[in-house]
Amino acid sequence: MNELKVDAKLEKLDDIMNFIWEELSKIEYPKKLRLKLQLAVEEIFVNIASYAYVDKTGYAIVKVNVQEEPKAAVITFIDGGIKYNPLEKEDPDLNMPLEERTEGGFGIYMVKNIMDDVEYDYVDSQNILTIIKYL
Amino acid sequence: MFNIISNRDGDNLTIELEGTLDTLTAPDLKTRLTEELPGVKKLVFDMQKLEYISSDGLRTLAYAYKKMSEQGSMVVRNVSEDVMEVFEITNFIEFLTIE
Repeated sequence: MNELKVDAKLEKLDDIMNFIWEELSKIEYPKKLRLKLQLAVEEIFVNIASYAYVDKTGYAIVKVNVQEEPKAAVITFIDGGIKYNPLEKEDPDLNMPLEERTEGGFGIYMVKNIMDDVEYDYVDSQNILTIIKYL
Repeated sequence: MFNIISNRDGDNLTIELEGTLDTLTAPDLKTRLTEELPGVKKLVFDMQKLEYISSDGLRTLAYAYKKMSEQGSMVVRNVSEDVMEVFEITNFIEFLTIE
């Protein structure tokens, strides 16, 4: 399993994406799946970069693992920021009018929808969020 | 890659979006909207070449929708299958006028 450690800053998003595509380039998967992975990875990394460290700069580690039987892409995000389990966040109100959606709040909801599994753990003062997508 | 091509015709504004509307590119669209929406009565987003939208892209669309609900109307056109899926998951599909 390979990993990439970056500063948890928004401008590192492209580095994260490139690393993930490089890791997954060894296997074949449908293009639709690529877009779903891109969306999930962006939403999670943006959350870490925006909120995990408040005013400080911290790190984010991304690990990519291709699991066999059943074949799946397993991507893990680790940060040392404030303890936060995004899975405990209440789902947004889908009937909320668009005028009231200018502040967002749909990121993690989308991740839960488009991934097959999302797991959270807090170990050694680190948030560990794992997304799994069957290939 | 992200491109915004806008075409103003009187009160009508058509904005063609191309590429990836994500956290890094959504601010560009927001800036263009702030500059170009004054006086517009009908806004059309042409999404034929938009391949990807994330939640920050959705926020920006919601911003455009809010502005246009105050001054006119907004239509979204030629939505790709992948972008439509995001509209479905978030129920944007319920509120947007999609042609």
